[in-house]
Parts: sequence; C-alpha cells; structure tokens
Amino acid sequence: MKELKEIVEKNIAEFGFPVVQDEKSNALQWVDLRELRLRYFICIENIKPFFEGLREGKLMATKCKECGRLFFPPQKDCPSCMDSEVEWVELKKEGVLETLTVLFVRPPSFSAYDPYTVAIAKLDDGVRITGWLKGDPRSVRPGQRVKVEVSRREKEGYLMYEIVPL
Amino acid sequence: MSENVAVIGVGHSKFGMRKDVSIPELAWEAIKPALKSANVEQKDIDFFVVGNAGMWSSEAAIPALMAEYADLAPKGSMRVEAACATGNAAIRVAYTAIQSGEADVVLVLGIEKMQESPNPNVIELIGRFGSYFWEFENFGLTFPGYYALHATAYMAKYGATEEDFAKIAVKNHYYGAKNPLAQFQKEIDVETALKSPYVAWPFKLFDCSPITDGSACIILASEEVAKEVDDKIWLISQGVGTGTANLSRREEFTSLASARYAAEIAYRKAGIDVDAPYKHLDGANVHDCFTAAEVIAYEDLRFAKPGEGVQLIRDEQTYIGGRIPVNIDGGLKAKGHPIGATGVSQAVEAYKQLLSKAEPGRQADIKNGRWLAHNVGGTGHYTYITIYGLDKK
Repeated sequence: MKELKEIVEKNIAEFGFPVVQDEKSNALQWVDLRELRLRYFICIENIKPFFEGLREGKLMATKCKECGRLFFPPQKDCPSCMDSEVEWVELKKEGVLETLTVLFVRPPSFSAYDPYTVAIAKLDDGVRITGWLKGDPRSVRPGQRVKVEVSRREKEGYLMYEIVPL
Repeated sequence: MSENVAVIGVGHSKFGMRKDVSIPELAWEAIKPALKSANVEQKDIDFFVVGNAGMWSSEAAIPALMAEYADLAPKGSMRVEAACATGNAAIRVAYTAIQSGEADVVLVLGIEKMQESPNPNVIELIGRFGSYFWEFENFGLTFPGYYALHATAYMAKYGATEEDFAKIAVKNHYYGAKNPLAQFQKEIDVETALKSPYVAWPFKLFDCSPITDGSACIILASEEVAKEVDDKIWLISQGVGTGTANLSRREEFTSLASARYAAEIAYRKAGIDVDAPYKHLDGANVHDCFTAAEVIAYEDLRFAKPGEGVQLIRDEQTYIGGRIPVNIDGGLKAKGHPIGATGVSQAVEAYKQLLSKAEPGRQADIKNGRWLAHNVGGTGHYTYITIYGLDKK
C-alpha cells in the first residue's frame, strides 16, 4: 500500500491526477483519496450482567421469568410469551463440541493474530456458544466434551470466553 | 393484475475482474441486451429494481445512477439487499409488483463491482455479514469460515471428505470452461483442488467462489405483455425463507433451515412432488458459494436424502445426463459470484437452458420444461428459491 501511495503521488505530480494503470488489464483507475475508517458504538447497557459475569469468570444467560426459555447470547426480551421480564442465570460452562474451522485467511482487523480456530459447542444447559477453541485443532473432534473458560485476549487484553477441550 | 409473470428478455456481462469498466458501464452491458431481447424500450419500463449489496464499491445510489446513465428516469425504482441472495430478492420485488397490478414491465438489474476494493477489505466486509457482535467482533469469522463450520459438521456426521468437496469444484470448473461469460474458463482436477492452500479448514482456495465484478439483467412482464413475445419463460413459483443471524442459534449445521422452508413453499406452489422433485426439473442452479454448500443444497432441495447428497457428486449424478444437472454454467465457483448479480444471473441461465440457447457442451436436455434457482444470502440467513418454466403452470 505504501508503494501505491508513492505511485499515486508521482502520478499527481506528473499527470495531474491520482491515477494508476491496472497491472492485468492496463485499464486506467482513479485512486479514491477519500478513505473511510469505520468504528461502531454498540449498546450493551441491557446485557451488562453478561460482562459483569465474565469479570467473575461466569458465563451468564437470560431466562424468561414467564416461560423459562433460555437465551444465549443473552437477550433482553422474550418473543415467545411477549414478556420482557427476564432473569440472569449462570450457565454450567460444559458441553459438547459440535463443529470447528481454522481461519487461515483472516480479516485485516484480525491480522495481528496467527490462524485461529472457531468452534461451536452445545452446552449442557441446552444453548450453543461460538468462540475460539484453545489448543491444537488437529487433536479435537466434533462430539467430544469441552468446557468454556473466561480469559484475557492475547492482543487486545480484554476479557472474553474460549472453548477448551476436556 | 397478472397472476402469471414471464421473463421476456435477458442480458449478462462477462464476469470476472472488470477493471476495464465503471459501475454504470458494467450495468449497461447487461441492460442493453436485456432490453433488446425483450424488444422493449426504456419508455415501456414501469418500474426497475437494482440488486446490489455494495460497501466495497463507490456508488451507493445505483438506481438513480442508472436512471441517469440508461435513460430510465423518471420511472420508479428500488435498491434491494439480501446479502448473497440480493439478486433473487430483486426478482421477488419485480414479480410481486407485476402480480399486484402495480406494473406490467419491470427491469431487474443485479450488479456488483467488488474489485473496486482490495481483496482483504472485501474479506473483512463479507465476514461482517454474520452476527456482527457475537461472531465477527470477537471471533473474526470470515465467510469461508461460516460455511467451513457446516462442512466440518457434514464431514463428521456423514463421513464426507475434502476430496468429495473437491469434486464439486471439478464439475463446476468443467462447465465454467464451456461458458464464455464465466470468470474461470479452465478445467481443474481433484489434485489441483486438494493442493491449493487452506483458507478456512477444511476449505481450500478451490472450495471457494471468487471475488467478482459482474452484472445481469432480466425484463419481467405481465401475461398481457408476454403473450406478444416468442422467447420467454415463466416464473412458476417462489419460496423465501429466513434463518437466524447467529449460527449458534441453530439446531444443526448440516442443512439450512431457511432453504428447506423456501423449497417446500416453492415446490408446493409449483405442484411439484416434494419426495422426488428432480423428476419434475431439467436442472438447477444452486448457491455453491463454497463446495460443501452445493452438497448441502442437494439435500435441502431434496435431490437426495440427508447424508446422501455427497453420493450424488461421487456418482457424477449432477453432470448433464445424471439425476439432475446442477450449475452447468459453472456455478458461483467458476462463473463467479458478483453478490448482487448472482440471483439474476441464475435467472438468465434458466432462460438460456429452457429455451435451449446454452453454449455447446453445457445444454441440458429439456423434457419437463422446468428449472430451479436456489440463491442463499449469508449462511442461510435468507434463501430465495425460484422455479421457472416453459409453460405457465
């Protein structure tokens, strides 16, 4: 990208425009100079107990007080019985690995990480959880027992949960 | 009002790296032949729908841009987005507009210019099509990753292998090589596919559809207008389903619930026997964004029983001459997958196949006069299934 910037600057000076020639087709491209960086502010006010739970090493879900339906990821409203009275319950943090993948080609915003394994497990409480799998993915198989551990993320330092083979 | 709606004209750009044209120029490559083959002019168009997912490309207001570039102003328009099912969703808007009596002739354009952004940015943006906070923000899933989770589950449950999935890529490249509009017009063998680098285990490069620029356009018309046209196919039925955003909110990963739901509706409306629907169809285009997705589609569409979809490709039953030819235009895998254009491209293929206008070596035998298009957005977030026919019903 640094190289592209230099070519664009050179072409602005020499030809008068921020242009490059596409290597494969030789077609002339205008290089957009209006770069946009995106960052969202996502409201977690109504699921705060989930994050407070992680601080204490707990995995929290919501449960409808009316019909008993369990929600993970936690949600504030129960659409089954139209009642928004939910309570916070702690999950048991053990279950069965259902599937996994190893991300070799990562998004640029995850480029600081080596290839990582994403897994989905079904917890004994009945809900499923998606997270990174700790350890060598070659030594695990769908169907085996796993647990959920709260840990600090290596690069960003914030708390998150991960799936760990038992 | 017109209960029956026909496709009376089609247009399709070359798919691939289209650095040689701008967005409106690329769209015009499909619009012009669509208008010409339908024998209509801009003044005859009552309404137009543009399927475009965007984000990776500069222009956001493509309906207005095309009103300006293609002389479609001041007719009504709408941009439609349903992730990778955007194209077929755009067709649905046009179909229902005609059925309701609001319009008689509707132009549907599907367009995507993904190569306006560098590949890493596109990978990042598509990864965000899942459940943003619970899948992307913290766990960095990518699109190959979401479908790889399905592939792993399928392999574990039914004993399929990476080699089985490679056979899907081999088939789709075989037919892509015969499609002059495909991004990849080159045959490959199983060994080449298996040797390619891992993208999201168990998927390798050759399990994945590419990042593509392309456009496709169809003209839909009411029965009143269509009866004057010789070359046409009919929209027999559509079924649409929606799944959860977050994969962990689903019961299984070897099937897409939204696809099963959409298929059942589409088959029922078309009067097709759900036990052996392939007996009523001459072929299908299914959403093979990844090889395993095609195998899962065989089962969701009931071309095979659960767990037996993989046997169809092992036995080459989805080549021409088999149980049902699938993706004989190269599919998303070899033809390319310009997100918003894909569903419209599938309609163009249905038109070409049913009217026996496909290129040599990739024309199916047309006996039943029916073709199915299966277009999935996200990882089963949206499924649009359309059945096309030579006859009205």
